[in-house]
Amino acid sequence: MDTPAFHPAMILAILPEIGLIILAGLVLLADLLFHRKKDRDLGLLTFGGLLAVAGVTLVYSRPDMVPVTVFGGALRQDWATFVFRMIFLVGAAISVLFTMDTDRRIRSGAFYLLVIIATLGMSLMAAAADLITLYLAIETTSIPLYVLSGSLVKDQKSTEAGVKYMLFGAFTSAIMLYGFSLLYGFTGTTNLYELKGLLESGQISTVALVAVAMLVLAGFGFKISAVPFHFWAPDVYEGAPTPVAGYLSTASKAAGFAVLLRFLNVVFPDLYPAWLLVALLSVATMIIGNVLALTQKNIKRLLAYSSIAQAGYMLIGVAAATELGNTAAIFYLISYLVTNLAAFGIIVVVGWSVGSDEIAAYAGLSRRSPGLALALLVALLSLGGVPPFAGFIGKLFVFAAAVQADMIWLAIIGIINSVVALYYYLVVLKVVWLNRSDDEEVKLPVTRPWRLAVVVCVAGMLLLGTIFAPWYQWALQAATAF
Amino acid sequence: MNFPILTLTIFIPLVAGLLILFYPAEKKTWPRITALAAAVITFLLTILVYARYDVAAGGYQFIEQIPWMPFWDISYHVGVDGISTPLLLMAGVVLFCGTAVSWNVEDRPREFFSFLMFLGTSVLGVFASLDLFQLFFFFELAIFPKYLMIVIWGYPKTREYGSMKLTLYLFVGSVFALVGVLALVFLSGANTFDLLKLEQFDFTTAFQQTWFPFVFFGFAVLAAIFPAHSWAPDGHVAAPTAVSMMLAGVEMKVGAFAALRVGIMLLPEGAHFWAPLVLVLATINVVYGALIALVQTDFKYVIGFSSVSHMGLVMIGFATLSKEGLLGSGLQMFSHGIMTALFFSVVGMVYDRAHTRDIARLGGLFQKMPAAAVAFIVAGLVSMGMPGFSGFIAEFPIFMGAWKAAPIVAIIAVLGVIITAGYILLVVRRVFFGELNPDLAHVGDVSLLDKVSMAVLVVMMIALGVFPSLMYPMVQSGVNYILALVGGA
Amino acid sequence: MNFLMDHLLSWILFIPTVAALILLLLPNRANLLRWYALLASSIPFVLTLVVWFNFNNGQPGFQFEEQAVWYAALNSSYHIGVDGISLPMVLLTTLLMPLAMLASFSVKERIKTYMFLFLLLETGMLGVFLALDLLLFFVFWEIGLVPMYFLIAQWGSANRNYASLKFILYTMGGSLGLLLAIQLIGVVSGTFDLPLLFDRWANLTQGTLMGLPVTTVKAIAFWAFVIAFAIKVPVWPFHTWLPDAHTEAPTAGSMILAGVLLKLGAYGFLRLVLPLYPLEARTYAGWLAALGALAIIFGALSAYGQTDFKRLVAYSSINHMGFVVLGIAAAAWTIGTQDAAIALNGAVLQMFNHGLSAAGMFFLVGVIYERTHTRDLTKWGGLFPLVPVYGGVLIFTAMGSLGLPGLGGFVSEFMVVRGAWPVFTLATALSMIGLFFTGAYILKALMMVLHGPLNEEWRGHLPEINARELLVIAPLMILMLVIGLWPSWLLDMINRAVVMLF
Repeated sequence: MDTPAFHPAMILAILPEIGLIILAGLVLLADLLFHRKKDRDLGLLTFGGLLAVAGVTLVYSRPDMVPVTVFGGALRQDWATFVFRMIFLVGAAISVLFTMDTDRRIRSGAFYLLVIIATLGMSLMAAAADLITLYLAIETTSIPLYVLSGSLVKDQKSTEAGVKYMLFGAFTSAIMLYGFSLLYGFTGTTNLYELKGLLESGQISTVALVAVAMLVLAGFGFKISAVPFHFWAPDVYEGAPTPVAGYLSTASKAAGFAVLLRFLNVVFPDLYPAWLLVALLSVATMIIGNVLALTQKNIKRLLAYSSIAQAGYMLIGVAAATELGNTAAIFYLISYLVTNLAAFGIIVVVGWSVGSDEIAAYAGLSRRSPGLALALLVALLSLGGVPPFAGFIGKLFVFAAAVQADMIWLAIIGIINSVVALYYYLVVLKVVWLNRSDDEEVKLPVTRPWRLAVVVCVAGMLLLGTIFAPWYQWALQAATAF
Repeated sequence: MNFPILTLTIFIPLVAGLLILFYPAEKKTWPRITALAAAVITFLLTILVYARYDVAAGGYQFIEQIPWMPFWDISYHVGVDGISTPLLLMAGVVLFCGTAVSWNVEDRPREFFSFLMFLGTSVLGVFASLDLFQLFFFFELAIFPKYLMIVIWGYPKTREYGSMKLTLYLFVGSVFALVGVLALVFLSGANTFDLLKLEQFDFTTAFQQTWFPFVFFGFAVLAAIFPAHSWAPDGHVAAPTAVSMMLAGVEMKVGAFAALRVGIMLLPEGAHFWAPLVLVLATINVVYGALIALVQTDFKYVIGFSSVSHMGLVMIGFATLSKEGLLGSGLQMFSHGIMTALFFSVVGMVYDRAHTRDIARLGGLFQKMPAAAVAFIVAGLVSMGMPGFSGFIAEFPIFMGAWKAAPIVAIIAVLGVIITAGYILLVVRRVFFGELNPDLAHVGDVSLLDKVSMAVLVVMMIALGVFPSLMYPMVQSGVNYILALVGGA
Repeated sequence: MNFLMDHLLSWILFIPTVAALILLLLPNRANLLRWYALLASSIPFVLTLVVWFNFNNGQPGFQFEEQAVWYAALNSSYHIGVDGISLPMVLLTTLLMPLAMLASFSVKERIKTYMFLFLLLETGMLGVFLALDLLLFFVFWEIGLVPMYFLIAQWGSANRNYASLKFILYTMGGSLGLLLAIQLIGVVSGTFDLPLLFDRWANLTQGTLMGLPVTTVKAIAFWAFVIAFAIKVPVWPFHTWLPDAHTEAPTAGSMILAGVLLKLGAYGFLRLVLPLYPLEARTYAGWLAALGALAIIFGALSAYGQTDFKRLVAYSSINHMGFVVLGIAAAAWTIGTQDAAIALNGAVLQMFNHGLSAAGMFFLVGVIYERTHTRDLTKWGGLFPLVPVYGGVLIFTAMGSLGLPGLGGFVSEFMVVRGAWPVFTLATALSMIGLFFTGAYILKALMMVLHGPLNEEWRGHLPEINARELLVIAPLMILMLVIGLWPSWLLDMINRAVVMLF
């Protein structure tokens, strides 16, 4: 890594980031030039830009089978980076579409700008191969997200969400940073791939390493909203603008998993207690998430707890600590991305036109807007793990990973949890399909961008749920690239 | 076989269901016509499969295979044998009849017929699966149509409870089956989902004994094995007619079939090890189910519990692991499917007209709807195991198998037969004969479409009862194949 | 024509079913349906006569045999045939059916269903007599229950619901043991074919089955058979369904019930129990004889106590069928001897005779019931002058039932007693006492109906028996007389079969 000279690979490796920066500049410029009158076009611009970046990444920044490390070991360009970047970009693009025609209070240039910056941060998180870069990337991601969460400045809940999110984030960041510093102290390097060799030399006691792993996991656990770092999630999801909540629950969570997977697999591949810890985290996350979800009356809180639980399922894959396990976790993330985005998309439009996020407000939805109800059906069933939707395959893979790793107990806990989860998803569906409301005649207004986003998500769920082999191949390549 | 007949059979309902979803909501007849057409075509295709199946050759036929996920050796792999061909036919006919008797659904017919078609694809897919993953995929595919159809179009008083209970029970069962399935593939080292390869894979004895209960009982929940049976009556009763027909007629067979194909055929030593427990549980099913049916006051609950009782016989046949028992189970699955579909269709017709299912408030309906009454009586006779009808043809060999395996089971289970006779005759008399309740004076006769579908079912039951050779050679060929795997005679 | 002749028994068996199905398509015109049903049920009778006259008395074993694949998976086949025991029963059935149809001309409601059920019933009964396959036997055994159940439940009198349910549950309950035992036999022997089973199962005396000695298992199976058939006969104490069912059934139903259905049970003893369980039958013959004697005595005593005419006739059936059981028991004990042959001949002939007389009696009860709408013996009295022809016919038939020498009943009862006397002297002696009561209740009935002071209520309201009704009863009376005077035309055939079988 002592060749600081310029190399084309360096550009290619950060092509998405470059693209995002350019896009951010364009949005800023357009916002200044056209001011607030054309904010809808800003959304289109952002969406188009994100798509363009994704396209460019897909074509030019597709990694070779041999990973490339650039910028003195700060960033690593491999399949994992690539797949996660695609997840973030798609997630961001869809979130933007959801925002465009709905909440007037948030659809501003600044909003889109923050989304782009956060995506940029995530993209760097996925690529970071160095503790410093990693920390910077995490903060680059987090700060815009704090602001986004609190962006409804006149809404107390939103403000509270922003503050809460920030406080929690800062707190866990600090813990994580402490862990990073210990690592540096033990080894004298910040490069993840060098850390591994040094830690394996046996100089450092396992107890110390486990302590470090716990500290670091706190930081990652916050990002993926794993129990016991989950407290922020329900309040933030409830308070934050719905598209932001969707974005938080998918792309941001995926970013957390990106670093978690890389960090654990690279730094602590053989530290058994750390993996056991992940398994325990997974169990706690699933159980707490699902049990608390049971009593929710507000759909955003319900989805918040559900997304906590979903993180638990993904952690099963991580905890399996096998190739299949990692693959399963990544596949789950991909399927979860489209699934949860669709769910939040529907909440966006219902919340916007009905003015409530209570589950009771969904009564009669299947009569008002059958298509919308069907989309919600698909999304919730996919979350519940029912074929032929993406979630089923995702769950199947993580459970398979647990079984293959001889962690049948974990699979069984996961499975029991998915039964509990199915219950509360079905309760929502029952309200949607069975209960009646007074204004069933009034169709919910949906706009073209929104419809496009939902159709893409539903199609994605079906595609992932039926023709899953290619996506599995992607996930596999990503999982073996760390 | 170049013509992908099984694929067409499975996916025609699915395509129809998707198509229906895109119809405009105000066109209320389009969904019906499309669904009925699809159901008729499916029915005809299943007849074709049945007729073209070469009994002499036996084994799996009409095989199609397309790689799905080569990495794990998952493929779209369909084919039918002597056990599944009759079940396919049964699913075809019940789907057709279920669609036909639902013609008058007025509330959101688009979604109704669409979901019904999805349910059809699910069951057909399971019966034709030669890949474990695919089997499970189709198995689980039924979850949401079942739940939603019960909750939306079900019996208002119990639909929320019944649908949720049913869904969660079945989901619990199926996730345990899933663990078992995953263990079969990954823990054993087989690393393939191909059923044909798994059949030949040499699982160790300890492995088989450990994992058999997961897959067998997991799937058998859907066959309402005691003590996981209580979803069945509640679910059947809460469901709208067509779904009751599909549930009790076909879905319960799906559970039994999956338990057979995955549990017994893949883990024969496990089956031998656990067979005594299955026999005990299934015998409880038979007698207990019948006894509970005897004391019901709700017309539909009688039939709901009778299904629990009859599925016990199927399970007994399985657990005997003998030629006769398995033959009987194969036939019983078909016979019970047809019979119970007929039962529920008549119950539905009665309820639609009388708006009550309280046996005490019904009576004398023979005068008002003679065709339905006759159909119900025929189904009742099948249910009683009356010779000359398909039930006898099926139950007799099951009992013979039980004699071979455990005579006490035969002796106890036969009590179920007389109790069944008791409740069937009572319900027939109270509902269809006796004094006509004045409230029911306005009740009209059933429609032509209803009559057609009942006639189809009745003819099948009588034909099989009088000419068992229409079906037993086929089932026997399937049984021989199973016996080759399971060992024994 | 060859096809007809080669499958004569199948034609006899299934013509009623086919006719029943065609009946469903006919227009709903009462007279058309009636005449059609009469005609349809006459065809099997004619064909039975063809069989009768082509039957070779000298040839051993079954004749007119047919065998076809039915349920090969269980080694069961469609195997039918007749011998000297079954042919008289077939004749009895096919003869009574048209008569019952003729008697049913007075049925007014739902004629089509009624006739349909009757025709199905005929197939069920004939199947039992014709089956040479145990499974097939059971199939027809059970099938007959269904139409009978609905006939009683739908066209019966006031208490029909209770009676019909009791009837079917009793007989089905009885069949359960039979079903289990048949399954056991099938599992052990690997076939259901009767001629094969007569060899395999009857000679199975060594070894163990399911952990029990074979003799124990066979004894249990024996009782399972016996109870099933005893319920049908019915043997005391399994008889309680009978008075209810007979009393509540419509007239033609009672005719068939008493005339044919009861014979099914006795036929089961002859066709299955004796050949399949010779040893057990011998062991338990004493019990059977005792039950038979008790049936004779209690049947008669109960009949005497009745004031309901139909119920009285119903109890008389128990009384008369007791002789059949007694004969069978005696034969079981003395198998292979002259006494056994005489007793069995008597039993079979008694079955035939009782078929005639009981059917006749029930019909005559029906005739008067239709006119007076009561069955209460105390409501009548002194009717002879009003309806002399009916009175004559009633007296004649009652005498046949009573066993007056010169009429059929006497011959068969005498033979049973003659055969049983050396073996079961006490039981036979008691039965003779029973015979005395038989005379008592029949005379009592005749007296209460025909003699004594006239109940003025009926004067002018009681039409004489009509031509149609006479047509029903005439063949029965003729046959009673013929058998009484010249029984050998029937006995020869029975005797051959009896001697050859045992």
